[in-house]
Amino acid sequence: MKQITLAHGGGGEEMNALINEIFSIFENNVLKEANDAAILDDLAFSTDSFVLNPIFLKDVNIGKLAVCGSVNDVLMVGAKPLYLSLALILEEGFEIEKLKIILKSIKEECNKAGVKLVCGDTKVVPKNKGDEIYINTSCIGKSIQKINTKNIKSGCSILVSRDIGAHGCAVLVERNNLEANIKSDCKSLKDEVLALLNADISIKAMRDATRGGLSAVLNEWAKLSNLELLIYEEKIPVCDEVLGVCELFGYEPYELANEGTFILCVDKKDEQKALEILKQFNANAAIIGEITANKKARVVLENAYGAKRILEAPKGELLPRIC
Amino acid sequence: MDLINDFRDKERILILKELIASKITKPINIMEICGGHTHSIMKFGLPDLLPKEINFIHGPGCPVCVMPRERIDIALKLASMPNTIFCVLGDMLKVPGSYESLIDLRAKGADVRALYTPLDVIDIALKNPEKNIIFFAIGFETTTPMSGVIIEKSIALNLKNLFFHINHVLVPPAVEAIMQDKNVRIDAFLGPSHVSVITGSSIYEPIAKKYKTPIAVSGFEPVDIMLSVLNIIEQINANTFEVYNEYHRVVSKEGNLKAKALVEKYFKPCDFEFRGLGVIANGGLCLKDEFTHLDASKVFDCKVQSKDESKACICGQILRGLAKPYDCKVFAKACTPKNPIGSCMVSSEGACAAYYKYYQDKA
Repeated sequence: MKQITLAHGGGGEEMNALINEIFSIFENNVLKEANDAAILDDLAFSTDSFVLNPIFLKDVNIGKLAVCGSVNDVLMVGAKPLYLSLALILEEGFEIEKLKIILKSIKEECNKAGVKLVCGDTKVVPKNKGDEIYINTSCIGKSIQKINTKNIKSGCSILVSRDIGAHGCAVLVERNNLEANIKSDCKSLKDEVLALLNADISIKAMRDATRGGLSAVLNEWAKLSNLELLIYEEKIPVCDEVLGVCELFGYEPYELANEGTFILCVDKKDEQKALEILKQFNANAAIIGEITANKKARVVLENAYGAKRILEAPKGELLPRIC
Repeated sequence: MDLINDFRDKERILILKELIASKITKPINIMEICGGHTHSIMKFGLPDLLPKEINFIHGPGCPVCVMPRERIDIALKLASMPNTIFCVLGDMLKVPGSYESLIDLRAKGADVRALYTPLDVIDIALKNPEKNIIFFAIGFETTTPMSGVIIEKSIALNLKNLFFHINHVLVPPAVEAIMQDKNVRIDAFLGPSHVSVITGSSIYEPIAKKYKTPIAVSGFEPVDIMLSVLNIIEQINANTFEVYNEYHRVVSKEGNLKAKALVEKYFKPCDFEFRGLGVIANGGLCLKDEFTHLDASKVFDCKVQSKDESKACICGQILRGLAKPYDCKVFAKACTPKNPIGSCMVSSEGACAAYYKYYQDKA
């Protein structure tokens, strides 16, 4: 690793290598747990930076994304999000009108998620030294249940909260001027996560499937637990539009980013109860697989006719096929 | 008809599985020419479904895999020139040249752009009149017409700043080169359907006849591939050597005449060095003499000193069907998609990448 490439920000293997090889100088017990947010006594704390091109999608902009991202990270460790910070890096020449629209989205999304914006920062960089606007948010929440990926064990079930890949697909459609009726899934997951937390369910792990998509989350869980994950391909919900765009570009929907979709690992006995709760929020929620007793840290995808293959962690930049 | 789900339908696949198992009488080596087929075979787990007598052999049909290192080095030299925007398709960005890849060069600040739509180069050229735009044109018969369209538009718009690094290659000469290798044992071919959408299914007729080898022009879905395998078995049992057009929903015998005319207008055959196969006479296409002024290799200094390929890498043998990725000592050890040694591991259409991605633990 001599220099940073775009792949180091992709949420796949290169990013993990960067964290393990370079950022490991900060090693401590909290970081080692590798959860979406740090679990600190009865608090949860997350931070995230947001770059998006284009900054306005059909129904979502970078502002909404920036709130949902940090809020969802806090929710994923079983905490109720309470306070948010907002740091903006603006490029010289950025239109104030666009900034107003983005801030309005941030305000609306904070209200929906029940979080209070309590501190912030603004910097401006010279023209051509940034990409219109970069946003960083941090979120603090209060623990309800301490959900830690280290609790994953064999026999647990894996669920997904809705159909996958909608955000990544919406970005592709926008960037390539395609005509497809697809909306980003970007949303705060507060309602469904609090419903799960308040039910009598033994939640082993939760993770929102952002960069690297479903595939990155499952592979991370396989590595952290050192167990095999068996996933039933026909159970994974993918909408027709996402499937169509993936076929066009040669991508797999499992690797596309999501911004309002999460993966859940629960005790087998709780899988139906968890599914019923998830279905109240999205009819496409599904039980997609299980953690096996096989001590091989890998994800196995079994298709409808019984053939199996490995589902690898995403690598590098997502590049469309050549022909 | 649902063009995706109907061709991934469980019931049809299971019926075809039974039919194939009931008809196969002896081991059969089937070369899938195209890397897209290799990936489909792996992605849909077909080796698990099909009888063990069927041995799939990966062929030379991935444009990234067959690109010799020198041509990558030339691309790197062109992309390093000041005042240049270098436009490239997909995986070519990741292929290592002698010293670095285009992705490394981009990280150092070179303006290298990965495109999905090659026609975007026209917009880039129009918006950047003060810069030289170079399009890294690659691919088999499938992508050549698109390069033709870009050239045609460039000429119509009188663009003076758009140049082409042409690396188009042809399927039939590559297949012939393989069949002339005495070590090769191939009983039948899966022909890439997207090539035949342009050329028509008829391009394989001389090969099927000359080498007494059935060829099934096949789509990329599991039902397509299994129907093609079934036909190959039936042909072998009946001792026939026809070109079977499984992908008749899109492919005609004569192909896309407009696209073929466009290719003929701007390109002429030339010798091309295929990685692993050596120089194949008339194996590639280059610009006709009257378009030399658009040829980046003629307009700019393209002299490079390329290093030899790594001796540990057996991509050459893999591309000729003489070895499987597992046979390579560095496969999944020193050579991984993150640190590829050979282009078969770099390209998402490459055989090694397919075996690594879907089947590495079955080695």
